[in-house]
Amino acid sequence: MSRQARTMLFLVGAVGLGVLVLWAYAGLPDFGHYKGPYGDILNAVSVPERNITDVVTAVNFDYRGFDTLGEEFILFAAVIGVAILLRAQRDEEEREATEFAFGRSAPRTSDAVRVVAITLVGPTVVTGLYIVAHGHLTPGGGFQGGVVLATALVLVYLAGEYVFLRRTAPLSLVEVCEAIGGGGFAVIGLAGLVAGLAYMENVFPLGEVGRLNSAGTVPLINLSVGLEVAAGFVLILVEFLEQTLMVRLKERT
Amino acid sequence: MNTALQLAALTMVAAVGLGVVLTRDPLRQAVVVSFFGMLLGVLFFVFQAPDVALSEIVVGAVAAPLMILLALAKVRGGAE
Repeated sequence: MSRQARTMLFLVGAVGLGVLVLWAYAGLPDFGHYKGPYGDILNAVSVPERNITDVVTAVNFDYRGFDTLGEEFILFAAVIGVAILLRAQRDEEEREATEFAFGRSAPRTSDAVRVVAITLVGPTVVTGLYIVAHGHLTPGGGFQGGVVLATALVLVYLAGEYVFLRRTAPLSLVEVCEAIGGGGFAVIGLAGLVAGLAYMENVFPLGEVGRLNSAGTVPLINLSVGLEVAAGFVLILVEFLEQTLMVRLKERT
Repeated sequence: MNTALQLAALTMVAAVGLGVVLTRDPLRQAVVVSFFGMLLGVLFFVFQAPDVALSEIVVGAVAAPLMILLALAKVRGGAE
């Protein structure tokens, strides 16, 4: 096809797409005036039915908890995939890495970065735990809090050495946390079956609105998801760092 | 007031989104995409979706750029 013909084809396609997009936009509800009933219904029922003040969490971990279980395992599968993919290559150079990693200094980490990173580790851990624990009360939850917790370990890496990260978060411990977190969600769902109701039914005592120990299974699921997400991100990070550092170490020798 | 904030957030996201595409060096792109994630978080917050904003900030501004940086370090380390 000649250049001119291709340009013509593109122009026809672009104009066609533009017209269709504009047509579709014209059919949308006005800005801020969505007519769907579900949002209003959930806003009305989530506090009286479940004692959950954050409606998004009520949807994610209670009303549509089963969907979130599927999403949880997407992340789980992705983490396992990365770990397996990187581990197969790592085996070949494992010996050299352990030999040189302990005597390695970090010449390019400035004192300013270290001080800031060390100062931020504590507040980051507390923020992460807060976000996980208050998932059913305020915006946030296991997923967001879990990633914040994982960044605390990134700060440990920034502040010191890769070796410190390995000491703070030994790979075997991280793997166990990942498994417990992933499996915990599925196991908590079984409580509904034990009580003779549907899987993932919120059967635990709902407590008092606005309290940390309210909303039945939701805070427990959030805790389990937080553990899984934090461990998953740390696992990916450690695998990547191991790969990166090792190649560098190999070049230096 | 709210509409003005929303308009400002939308404009910034559009501008920085274009900036991400126009940045051709992957290393710099990782930094720009992190800023873009931060702005998206602000956008979601302004549109009254704090849950999504929090997710967007932790994933878009922190986790994803970190993965890009690590992947770049890995790729470049192997190529040199």
